[in-house]
Amino acid sequence: MRVSVQSEDFDLAEVLKGFGKQPNTGATVSFTGLVRDDTGALDHMEIEHYPGMCEAAITKIAEEAAARWGLTDCLVIHRYGKLRPGDQIMMVATAARHRVEAFEAAEFLMDYLKSRAPFWKKEVTRDGADWVAARDADEDALNRW
Amino acid sequence: MKIDVLYFAWVRERIGEPRETVETSAATVMDLVDELKAREPRYDLAFSDLKSLRVAVDQELTEFDASLEGVCEVAFFPPMTGG
Repeated sequence: MRVSVQSEDFDLAEVLKGFGKQPNTGATVSFTGLVRDDTGALDHMEIEHYPGMCEAAITKIAEEAAARWGLTDCLVIHRYGKLRPGDQIMMVATAARHRVEAFEAAEFLMDYLKSRAPFWKKEVTRDGADWVAARDADEDALNRW
Repeated sequence: MKIDVLYFAWVRERIGEPRETVETSAATVMDLVDELKAREPRYDLAFSDLKSLRVAVDQELTEFDASLEGVCEVAFFPPMTGG
């Protein structure tokens, strides 16, 4: 299991090298989140984070996923700082014996990272800057687990 | 006792600084919030709607009635928007 909170970009192929190579792994799933610009007005996004608590919170979430779905491997990378439209924000990868476990664990990780990992996004557009508000739907998503 | 108090996102912007060390005798997070609010209007503004705030004590998410006994660090922030 590996957790990284970093400002630098990551190369997906590079970070997945050797991932899920344990002989009892039958499936790997990876998800990458990108900076989206729906209106064409976004200049960049500032991602603020709580150093220390970020790593601890993500590790706890990843450990829970690993135990619950019997993951054979798990990787989470989350960036902070100034990101432009199209930039990679974060990625999760899960490895399990079967695909259902790998997919479910990846969704669980994403749902929990959204509202339990201490990051805050600020969108800077032509018209000004605003903090992205947490959505009720994101909090509700935790209830299914 | 001395406690490091950290602020993130718009809470940090309203308070005007990312962290400070506070000398306090507050027993709970709520007592600390009340102490800070009584200090200056900027705290009152930042803590005006506690439902829109979250708190972590020694880097663990908790509730406003949490005890501050033996605590080194308290952080206030809006609901998180990771992922």
